[in-house]
Amino acid sequence: MTQPLLRVENLQTHFATRAGTVKAVDGVSFDLRRGEILGLVGESGSGKSVTGQSILGLVDPPGRIAGGRVLFDGEDLVTAGEKRLRAIRGRRIAMIFQDPMMTLNPVLSVETQMVEAVLAHDKVGRAEARRRSRDALGRVGIASPEERLAAYPHQFSGGMRQRVAIAIALLHSPDLILADEPTTALDVTIQAQILFEVQTLCRDTGTALLWVTHDLAVVSALADRVAVMYAGRIVETGPIADVIQAPRHPYTRGLLDSVPSRNRRGVPLRSIPGMTPSVLDLPKGCAFQPRCGRADAACAVMPELPENGHAWRCWHPHDADARGAAA
Amino acid sequence: MTRPILAVSGLSKRFERKLDVVERFARRLGASVDDSVLHAVSGVDLAVAEGEVVGLVGESGCGKSTLGRMVAGLLTPSDGSIQWRGTDLRDLPPAGRHEANLKIQMVFQDPMASLNPRLRVADIIGEAPVVHGLVPRREAAEAVAEMMRTVGLDPGYMRRYPHQFSGGQRQRIGIARALAVKPDFLVCDESVAALDVSIQAQIINLFMRLREELRLTYLFISHDLGVVQHISDRTAIMYLGRIVELAPTPELFAAPNHPYARALLDEAPRVTLEKRRFAPIRGEIPSPLNPPAGCPFHPRCPHAMPRCSQERPDLREVAPARWSACHLNDTL
Ligand SMILES: Nc1ncnc2c1ncn2[C@@H]1O[C@H](COP(=O)(O)OP(=O)(O)O)[C@@H](O)[C@H]1O
Ligand SMILES: Nc1ncnc2c1ncn2[C@@H]1O[C@H](COP(=O)(O)OP(=O)(O)O)[C@@H](O)[C@H]1O
Ligand code: SF4
Ligand code: SF4
Ligand SMILES: [Mg+2]
Ligand SMILES: [Mg+2]
Repeated sequence: MTQPLLRVENLQTHFATRAGTVKAVDGVSFDLRRGEILGLVGESGSGKSVTGQSILGLVDPPGRIAGGRVLFDGEDLVTAGEKRLRAIRGRRIAMIFQDPMMTLNPVLSVETQMVEAVLAHDKVGRAEARRRSRDALGRVGIASPEERLAAYPHQFSGGMRQRVAIAIALLHSPDLILADEPTTALDVTIQAQILFEVQTLCRDTGTALLWVTHDLAVVSALADRVAVMYAGRIVETGPIADVIQAPRHPYTRGLLDSVPSRNRRGVPLRSIPGMTPSVLDLPKGCAFQPRCGRADAACAVMPELPENGHAWRCWHPHDADARGAAA
Repeated sequence: MTRPILAVSGLSKRFERKLDVVERFARRLGASVDDSVLHAVSGVDLAVAEGEVVGLVGESGCGKSTLGRMVAGLLTPSDGSIQWRGTDLRDLPPAGRHEANLKIQMVFQDPMASLNPRLRVADIIGEAPVVHGLVPRREAAEAVAEMMRTVGLDPGYMRRYPHQFSGGQRQRIGIARALAVKPDFLVCDESVAALDVSIQAQIINLFMRLREELRLTYLFISHDLGVVQHISDRTAIMYLGRIVELAPTPELFAAPNHPYARALLDEAPRVTLEKRRFAPIRGEIPSPLNPPAGCPFHPRCPHAMPRCSQERPDLREVAPARWSACHLNDTL
């Protein structure tokens, strides 16, 4: 196998707080190949966003990367300098956030922002930069891109603004797009439009995509592989169909079972007891113990996550018997 | 249907929008006058049977919250009537209207925003029933404890403040507060939207248990089709301020009649075993400041006919208990 585009190795990102050290990301490892879509799934506070920020070197104090490597095309971004990171961000790795206004400047026209973004990394003339900007808007399904270039962000709807943010991300045909809940705030029909554009792009350009979300349904329809996070660690990972069909970790299974459409209508939903944990207050060993029906004495030792294929971090995984989408 | 517990007819809400300078100038030059009025809800008819759960779905801005707030008495309708157990609220004396309004309570999306952060849980839950004379003050603590047990909270925590609870627990506090005045009808407005999936399932189960135990009726507003499908007996789909389809939930989800309902169901993300090609409907939701003439969905509808841009389809019973507002039903 060729070297993956992105290899995250035993990443540790900690926040020093008054209450103690928050190990927001605690030993996360995964690979992403060119053209591949990986869904990073988990409930709020599980460490998804911090994982994304760590890859890009965007963790602000009191946070810091306390260990591990982020190999992008073989180069370790954790030890790379800020100048080098800036050259990579925007050009080879692009970002899309839940709130497009994280990317867009409210007081500049879309044209100014896009042209500047092109010129920041490429030695081309203004006319060429403008042409590329217009084409990028067209590619994300914005009608009459020529006229829309002159508009300001507030003149767009939420869905349109997110498209503009995606168009900016595409300007340099990046090798990797890191998307953090980009459709969470959007309506179903608008979300479907954006997923359609993104899917088409990855297929046509070979761009790899890390899609961070709490929404298993979106990942099941979009991703090639999935990694499920709980309390700062990956607890299960594998090809998406394998994980959906036969979740082995009790948390993954619990998450899938909680989805209303996977339950018989009108009967109580199968739910996970207890609440999402604070990473400051985790039990010794497996973090899922207090909520897990299978926990026993063995679970006081942290189970490992084996490498490769469909893998899970659990001493007492569920059987592989397919449960399918039926419920 | 036997006499509905709640019925609204021709219910509308318009919001006046102040014109800015440019718009006032344009209007003097003869531009459309109507642009200053936002049609949030337009002519909604809906009857809810006692003990029933009616789900209300639609994309943001379609008027779900506005409709819910009118039903809960938090917003005055511009037009139309609300009948509570057969009586038009406008015909009731103030005391009677007040009593009816207490019987209809609302549970909101964001418990943090709707709970006063400076009040202890005991006061958040206990205040209204005391003020309205439902519970004598000296029995308030016991009533609060009872309410907390009902929604699955430990009464030992009643002296705490909202921020000391998790999101799921705060939603339980919001539910307890609504239930404390002994309502018959709950308007739940995106009440599980802000919660993580595993916690959302717990709260949905709570709503279902309370319905049985307290014989409650719900208007359950959500943008999440899976949630509505699970919990509702009937489902109403809104688009641009109007109900475009209303039907028993299993039938609607099995075979939606209205083209918008079909598009919405097709595009709702579902947990699947196969990768999907998304094939979205085009276009954006039009502005309620300037809703399209004719059928509000016609600019995006793959089946639009010439008639659709001129004549607005009424919500009609197209099969027993199935209502839809689409001209296609005439040509069948
Ligand atoms: N600036 C910060 N200071 C302290 N803790 C933080 C900070 N940013 C994130 N965290 C903590 O890191 C954990 C993971 O957060 P995050 O990655 O944002 O979760 P997710 O994106 O999965 O919802 C959380 O427990 C959060 O409280
Ligand atoms: N108080 C208000 N003043 C002006 N416009 C409002 C007000 N409340 C709601 N609207 C508008 O009415 C329409 C319907 O809003 P809402 O009922 O909140 O929709 P939903 O709950 O379906 O998202 C939207 O266009 C919204 O902007
Ligand atoms: S290791 Fe033990 S506690 Fe953790 S998920 Fe597996 S069975 Fe449950
Ligand atoms: S009335 Fe016409 S435009 Fe409206 S939904 Fe039916 S076919 Fe489409
Ligand atoms: Mg996040
Ligand atoms: Mg609303």
